Amino acid sequence: MTTTIIDNELESGVLPERIRHFPFPFSGDSYRYSANVEPARKLVETEAGSWGSFLIDVDEFYLQDLRDRNEVLEKDPTRTQVLPHMRPAVWDAITTLLPAMAEENPDTMSYQRDGNACRWANALQNLELEFTVGDDDSLPMGPLQFLGSQIQDDIVFLDPREDTLWLDAGLVTFAADWSFGFDVGMKFMEVHAPVPRVNDEPVINRAHQFLLRLQPGEQYRRTNWTMTVDRRLDTSTETYPIWAPDRGTIAADPELPNRLHLRVEIQHLICLPHSGAVLFLIRSYLLPLTDIAKVPLWRERLGHVLAELPEDMAEYKGISRYRKAASSWLLNG
Amino acid sequence: MTTTPLLDQAHPAVKGGLLLEVTNISRQTDSIVSITFADLAGGLLPAYVPGSHLVVQYGAGVNAYSLTGSGSTPFEYIISVLQVEDGAGGSQAMHRLSVGDLVQVSRPRSAFAPVANATHQLLVAAGIGITPVLSHARSAVEWGTATDLIYVHRPGAGAHVEEARELLGDGLTECSDRASFQKVLAESLTHQPLGTHLYVCGPAAFMDDVLDQAREHGWPAARLHSEAFGAAELDDGEPFAVNLTRSGTRLEVPAGVSLLEALENAGKSIPNMCRKGICGECSLSVLRGTPQHRDLYLTDQEKAENTTMMCCVSRSLDEELELDL
Repeated sequence: MTTTIIDNELESGVLPERIRHFPFPFSGDSYRYSANVEPARKLVETEAGSWGSFLIDVDEFYLQDLRDRNEVLEKDPTRTQVLPHMRPAVWDAITTLLPAMAEENPDTMSYQRDGNACRWANALQNLELEFTVGDDDSLPMGPLQFLGSQIQDDIVFLDPREDTLWLDAGLVTFAADWSFGFDVGMKFMEVHAPVPRVNDEPVINRAHQFLLRLQPGEQYRRTNWTMTVDRRLDTSTETYPIWAPDRGTIAADPELPNRLHLRVEIQHLICLPHSGAVLFLIRSYLLPLTDIAKVPLWRERLGHVLAELPEDMAEYKGISRYRKAASSWLLNG
Repeated sequence: MTTTPLLDQAHPAVKGGLLLEVTNISRQTDSIVSITFADLAGGLLPAYVPGSHLVVQYGAGVNAYSLTGSGSTPFEYIISVLQVEDGAGGSQAMHRLSVGDLVQVSRPRSAFAPVANATHQLLVAAGIGITPVLSHARSAVEWGTATDLIYVHRPGAGAHVEEARELLGDGLTECSDRASFQKVLAESLTHQPLGTHLYVCGPAAFMDDVLDQAREHGWPAARLHSEAFGAAELDDGEPFAVNLTRSGTRLEVPAGVSLLEALENAGKSIPNMCRKGICGECSLSVLRGTPQHRDLYLTDQEKAENTTMMCCVSRSLDEELELDL
């Protein structure tokens, strides 16, 4: 019955942008950890469209996501922290990302730099301002919070020293079941200690070595995924009592296909050109199962991935109580 | 950024780099010249980490030279080159450059980076070793990091002396003989604030001596840094050949070209992602021969079996490999 309509939608390209540009992460019917890094800005074609040609993606949720972020920060200022030695890295991120955004969005954004004097205009926010690189007071809310008000990505800085990477600064309002405030100041391998199989599979250590060997200016990315009930970006440890109970009730909720979202993170790994710090950007995309189901191959793949995922991995992702219900709806619904 | 792409005949070490114009040459001493490179259109060049070097092509060869600026918003790259009579010819080629010449250079590469959380820097340089250390000093001044420099040079023959004096004032100690340097160094190694990092650049024996003395004074290894060119990147490797059994093709893989690139140039489509030896996508089955494994993906055991190789970074220990392709 609906197959014809779906085919027409696919062929005529009338699927909404949130589906056409969704970074569907599965290339097969099962998922395991891998060091799935590739160069940034590489266009990836999907069954519904494409994603990935932008370093900083600005989409239809831009203003809404940034309002959400602002609310989170007002309630909980611990979501952003900068150890003092990371100031140059934060400025390096600003002077790397703003020009990239201006280049990618010439109709709405512009960036000029003359020595340390910079000029930034962002028509989406009706914003025009001038600031001085290195002068924290020249930006109204300080450099990192300003950057966090311009991009939808969560922002983490890793400082390379003593043959490891230290998570020494960041602004993270949309964490998927982790706490930036808990991790700040830790080493890379310490941050990843809770990941299952971390001791048996060499993936995390391999990623660590890769990051340590990045040369300034290099830009890579990878995807990661989990699931979230409702279009809720802030599923951090700090707000656990608000969002976690839904995980226990969603399986029996008739609204599951509308409420349950596949959450995909595009994570950029950027070795900043002047400080040499590694900038780790996490951009979260949420798409409800009802939208996933509009692309037949996605529907089938996600259904199989959820059914097949080993229990320890499902447990770590926090999806073990509802993944069978989701899988059944996708495969039989 | 309006940097100009390279011409085709670039050496592998400067591939993906920049074509720049010599815009100034100034003599620092009898044997040292400073050479300024700029974008042909006068545009901004890629920023760099203090202590970075540039690989510069001369004829068929390449040499690495430290950049002397702070690395923040550079409109020019300045290197200083000591003429070496019995070297491979790089320094002499640099000394023959004149304003208006075009050179192919790599993007700046970082292998002597400052440590961000150092509370104080003790820089030690001898002779031409001043170049990366000057870059550190400039950046430290820009960001307000307390810095001292001990600079050993022949009387009246130090490169960048005036700049160092201007930058550091009392923070600069100049030495022109071994005895006075030894006295200053011993004093400095015992009187640094907590959290000081030491950076040294100069002849190998000089660096070894400074580092040995620092260790003897109880400095931990993590606080000691010395310049070592080329440590950050894989070398070009030796040329080898591959025999593709299924397609009955033989391919030469020259030094500086990866097996993956050679296969792609021959029209083969090999799945790949990172091109850095970590993702595992470009794995190939080896039927005969011993690969030179340079990836981070295979386990030690898998490497020892020599039946699989990552063609983006790994090469061959034998003259020829046979692949299941």
